[in-house]
Amino acid sequence: MSTSETQPRGRRIPAPPARFQVPWLRTRQARLLMIAIGILLAYALPIVRPPILTTPDSDFGGVLTSMTSYALVAVGLNIVIGYAGLLDLGYVGFYAVGAYTTGVLTAQHWHWPFLLVLPVAIAVTMVTGVILGAPTLRVRGDYLAIVTLGFGEIIRITITNTPWLGGAAGIKDIPAPPSLGPDPVGVDQDGLFQIPHIAWNGLTPLIDNDHKTPFLVFGVLDAVPYYWLLLTVLLIVLVADILIKESRVGRAWEATREDEEAAELMGVPTFRYKLLAFALGAAIGGLAGSMLASGQGGFISPTSFLLLYSLLFVAAVIIGGAGNRCGAIVGGALVAYLPERFRGLSDWRLLIFGIALMVIVTFRPQGLLPPRRTRRAMKVEAEIEELEGEGVDA
Amino acid sequence: MNFAFLFNNFFELTITGLALGAIYGLVALGYTMVYGVLQLINFAHSEVFMFGTFAVAWVVVFIHGTDSATQGLGPTLGILAIAFVAACLTSAAIAALVERLAYRPLMRRGAPKLIILISAIGMSFTLAEVMGVRDKLAGWFGLQVRLADYVSQARNVYSSPITINPHGLFPIGNYRVTDVDLLIIGSAVAMMVVLDQFVRRTRLGRGIRAVAQDPESAALMGVNSTRIVQATFLIGGVMAGAAATLYMIRIGSTRQNAGFILGVKAFTAAVMGGIGNLRGALLGGLVLGVAENWGSALFGTQWKDVVAFVLLILILLVRPTGILGESLAKARV
Repeated sequence: MSTSETQPRGRRIPAPPARFQVPWLRTRQARLLMIAIGILLAYALPIVRPPILTTPDSDFGGVLTSMTSYALVAVGLNIVIGYAGLLDLGYVGFYAVGAYTTGVLTAQHWHWPFLLVLPVAIAVTMVTGVILGAPTLRVRGDYLAIVTLGFGEIIRITITNTPWLGGAAGIKDIPAPPSLGPDPVGVDQDGLFQIPHIAWNGLTPLIDNDHKTPFLVFGVLDAVPYYWLLLTVLLIVLVADILIKESRVGRAWEATREDEEAAELMGVPTFRYKLLAFALGAAIGGLAGSMLASGQGGFISPTSFLLLYSLLFVAAVIIGGAGNRCGAIVGGALVAYLPERFRGLSDWRLLIFGIALMVIVTFRPQGLLPPRRTRRAMKVEAEIEELEGEGVDA
Repeated sequence: MNFAFLFNNFFELTITGLALGAIYGLVALGYTMVYGVLQLINFAHSEVFMFGTFAVAWVVVFIHGTDSATQGLGPTLGILAIAFVAACLTSAAIAALVERLAYRPLMRRGAPKLIILISAIGMSFTLAEVMGVRDKLAGWFGLQVRLADYVSQARNVYSSPITINPHGLFPIGNYRVTDVDLLIIGSAVAMMVVLDQFVRRTRLGRGIRAVAQDPESAALMGVNSTRIVQATFLIGGVMAGAAATLYMIRIGSTRQNAGFILGVKAFTAAVMGGIGNLRGALLGGLVLGVAENWGSALFGTQWKDVVAFVLLILILLVRPTGILGESLAKARV
């Protein structure tokens, strides 16, 4: 019985992907080149608008923006869940703190410039993370899940009931990030220059001069500049994420996640590292929240920070493969994209989303892109299984 | 901080809080049972409860018709008994479905815990949404008109046509305890005692405790763990069905997303009492219900949930494994 289930896993691992057969492609330069091409494609996506991907019932630029936003949140939450192994069901709280810090400082009570507010919002969220983490991280495992969930709800309810923060009505007219080039006057007559979109006639690409994206104006009409900004932020965060994960801190997280007692005995101050993971995750959540607040709509309200979103964020990280930053990005993008793609099915889309969640995890129990460590562990497991033969039912 | 209000209505707030807490406690039993056996948070349990509330409302519509009426508890007991059975059966069936679709395929493949959590969240979405599009589902079979009383306006509040008018029985302090209060608290405690004795004394209960303690040794001793897990879900479902009946007696209406908030509260109650602990679940529920009522009286109803979560955090800081903190495995015979 056990072999029939483990064999598909085992089969998948030993066969090396065909592209690794070409020696040149294995070099560092080739990898960097591929990454650079991928990044360029990501930037070009809202201009090229490939017909299979576009969302017929909602603005594609807007969908891409929210996908990137989710991906950014997922990368932040991946530090908490994937690296440090802490199940945080209240992550949306940090998102809210970042967004409201921005909202209050740029629109509600003060009028600070965006570039000054951004670091302040990140710092405030990070401090919030430490304040919430210090008492709660002493609680272990699943208790942490409910405690963080509680904190997420406390933050949301407090915002709803505090008139100083806009209450249930929220904060509106939050200024967008500063534009490059002349101030927006008309639809097409602004920015340093305009980039025409591509329209598809069947499979033939045509240049669509009626739809242009001004470079780089953060207005209310076009979501594409926001997408570019978010994508840039995401890339910067990713670089930081790689640097941290490959450092002593990353290894400490891994040790803590795998066996907290053993790590503690080896001299890893586990509590401090868990707190650090919590704070860094919070900071990225705050950054994403800040970008949301000064986004296209310039409007935030407590309904943007429901408990439901915490669950969606966790789903994004785990579907992608907890512990793998690329997985987190794919998961985040997918969780934002699926409901929009099926918007035409209005009433059915959440149902389809729920079923999709179940189907994805049933067929990929390790996530879509499991981290390399998990893949190695699975390979070893399959080998042991093979050596032991069919007699042992693990 | 409205202390005067709290003190003037102290008894009423306490008794109605206990009634609310009893409902939390019954739902919490479902969370705690599954957690005790599998160490997994069953996120779909709120939907098991939600289906139960609909079963109650449908039975009342089926027997009574759609004319709204206000009745005392006595004349409705017959309908309520049938509704109770229907709710328990429905909830148990849904719980079995959750186990079959969201848990068993993944448990067999030894998937990590977090993945199963996501599958349960997916199941929860799916169940809530199935209820939300039930009018269209009925339309597929051409039943939309014939079943209009049951399925129309699937996303709106769905009320039971009979409103139960509580009848004051005897005073405690300045509050007359009603028959509804007594029924809710009494039946919740009774269900809890039955379940507790069941887990302690029966063969199946021993199996549940064995699997909770050590699934591998239990399997070696001949316990069929798949069946035990199934039984655990079914029992949780029956308790949720009972909770759904009591909820409908008290609140009288439900909707497709009614389970979510109540589920969060019930899970909080389970953790507060000590997750995996049956008595703890009921105790946690009662504490939570009373604290919520007192808290809303003191700070205003909008802070009700904040009071609940702050209390949870405080309790966990003092007692990191909940008030009773004992696990299902360690329940003594």
